[in-house]
Amino acid sequence: MTTTLNTTTENKIDTEERIKIREIEIVDVIVMIGSALSSLALSFFFFQILLPVSGALGFSVCWYVFFNIISTVAVWELRGAVKAKDHLARIFIWTGGLAAVVPLILVLAYVIGKGYHSLRPQFFTQDQKYVGALSESTEGGGAHAIIGTLQQVGIASLISVPLGITTAVYLNEVKGRLTKPLRMIIDAMSAVPSIVAGLFIYAAWILALGNQQSGFAGSLALAVLFLPTVTRTSEVVLRLVPGGLREASLALGGTEWRTTSRVVLPTAKSGLVTAVILGVARVIGETAPLILTVGGAFVMNANPFSGKQDALPYFVFRLIRFPQEAQVARAWTGALVLVILVLVLFVIARAIGGRGPDHISRLKKRRLKRKGLA
Amino acid sequence: MSVIGQSAPSDVDDNSASEQVVTPVVRRSGVDRIFRSVATSSGVITFILMGLIGGFLLIKGYDALKVAGWGFLTDSEWAPDQGGKFGIAAILPFTVQIAVVALFIAVPVALSTALFITEYAPRKIRRLLTAMIDLLAAVPSLIYGLWGLFYLQPRLITLSKWMANHMGWVPFFHVNDEYGTSLGIFPSSTFVAGVIVSLMVIPICTAVMREVFSQAPPGEREGAMALGGTRWGVVRDVVLPFGRGGIIGGSMLGLGRALGETIAVTLIISPAFTAKWSILDQGSNSIAALIALKFSESSSFGISALMAAGLALFIITLLVNAAASTVVSKSRSGSSTEI
Repeated sequence: MTTTLNTTTENKIDTEERIKIREIEIVDVIVMIGSALSSLALSFFFFQILLPVSGALGFSVCWYVFFNIISTVAVWELRGAVKAKDHLARIFIWTGGLAAVVPLILVLAYVIGKGYHSLRPQFFTQDQKYVGALSESTEGGGAHAIIGTLQQVGIASLISVPLGITTAVYLNEVKGRLTKPLRMIIDAMSAVPSIVAGLFIYAAWILALGNQQSGFAGSLALAVLFLPTVTRTSEVVLRLVPGGLREASLALGGTEWRTTSRVVLPTAKSGLVTAVILGVARVIGETAPLILTVGGAFVMNANPFSGKQDALPYFVFRLIRFPQEAQVARAWTGALVLVILVLVLFVIARAIGGRGPDHISRLKKRRLKRKGLA
Repeated sequence: MSVIGQSAPSDVDDNSASEQVVTPVVRRSGVDRIFRSVATSSGVITFILMGLIGGFLLIKGYDALKVAGWGFLTDSEWAPDQGGKFGIAAILPFTVQIAVVALFIAVPVALSTALFITEYAPRKIRRLLTAMIDLLAAVPSLIYGLWGLFYLQPRLITLSKWMANHMGWVPFFHVNDEYGTSLGIFPSSTFVAGVIVSLMVIPICTAVMREVFSQAPPGEREGAMALGGTRWGVVRDVVLPFGRGGIIGGSMLGLGRALGETIAVTLIISPAFTAKWSILDQGSNSIAALIALKFSESSSFGISALMAAGLALFIITLLVNAAASTVVSKSRSGSSTEI
């Protein structure tokens, strides 16, 4: 096991020869292999012979526990108590770190396994108009739900993204006496449970203003959830813009507006785009507020402003509770499409976020060439 | 929106802040004034929105609160439409139980994941793992709920049974069952719901803890290593004490998230309206799940009662979150980067 000196100036060290502060000795390897084997034998003895139980999961848990005990004792004997504690902590932290990833893989694999049977191209083109509860799960599709989700999330972004980014600009560029309380309010707002956002829109937009359930009501609820996310992440991104750039712009006689629009925002562009896309990926799967606001439908309604509309998460949530297998299979297909949407957004966000502010895209390079700058 | 007036006080504020250094010549063009007032007004809109959320829930829930009175806090059944009593005396404890179960699992995992990412992982794994944790946060809670209902629950109830049989002397794990413990009584329980919710809490806790751990002063870190400390020694004596606020704050942020989780809990639980200690056997509830389940079958008075429940949830999450962000912000060191 090689580990390197952990400093904050990692990038600087990267270019030089890295300092290795721990080499693996042959004794360590032998101890580990020995502990693994003896704990395997011990857990086999306990689990298969002594106890009247069986099962792969129980066996591996047993093996893990015995391995920890035996290897710690071995290290203790060999290198002393300090090293033994270090060894034990290392095992636990590695296990915990990897344990967080296991459910993610299981969830994704399970959704793919359940959903792909009934995934047909017409899932993206047809609605449930001519589909009964007993028809084949491959009949009809979720086009109405996909269109609904895209419209609702689109409108929510149109409301929240400009508002969120200007609020972030206020917090970080303009600054005033509201800055501190506003930051607290936004923190608090990001904790608003999604169902409460739905209740709020139901109370305000539908009960108080007398509107009907519609896709637009759904997008208002999503916007309430989206706003704090976008504000917080964009504020973090804006904070990363070096103050020197701002001062340089101001020193050249730029106004505050020019500094923000020509220097700060372009520098933070890739980060802002990442923040927005990640926010969309989170909002697109929200179900709870939509239960109260969109109404749900089985046929296409491409107008978000009137009539009940469906949304992909709500489609899944309703169909999964039907007793018929075909409906449940349709729900799983919807869930798979939802997961794919989230994954695609996530990968796009990562790809953009990986670029630094000095990244010059192909399009930009061509434009610069035309101007004779590059 | 009359926001032009907002720019004037912020100007004054700006001046007084920088007056200690040198009195600057503030000469703002008209464009700048518009820019400042637009930015300020979007901040004000956020304020108004937050006030509206609480205000509307209070107005719409007032009818029900007036009828129920203090009974809203002490009654445990929920029958507003039948003219019966309704209150959160059973639902609130269930909500808290689910959140506590979720934290019991999420906090140790998040702690070790955050330590793994900042201290132990090789660089390549570190980037991959950070991305995976972000993805864990991006997967919709609906998907977790479905997975929990169809995949995890059938497997988890064998563990529930084992705990009920061998650890029944703990009041939380005690199961009343005159027919002997059969597997059939364990699904749809607080425990199962809590385990699923923990998956949604882990990324939040991890993100906060990771951020705080990575700010541990490198000088002290290197000092501990130079004194011959092991990696665990550095973690125990430098990173953990430095990040204590982050650990507590991150856990409380997770608690806020867990209290408000709706869809996964709605899918898992079967509603119960009698509070109980036991978390393993069937029947549980949460405020958010109650709203999602009862909403479509409620009359206007029933919806008013649900608004009141939503208001209670809103207030609780606000309090928890305010406490959490205070703890985190107190522990955080400088956050600016300068050239």
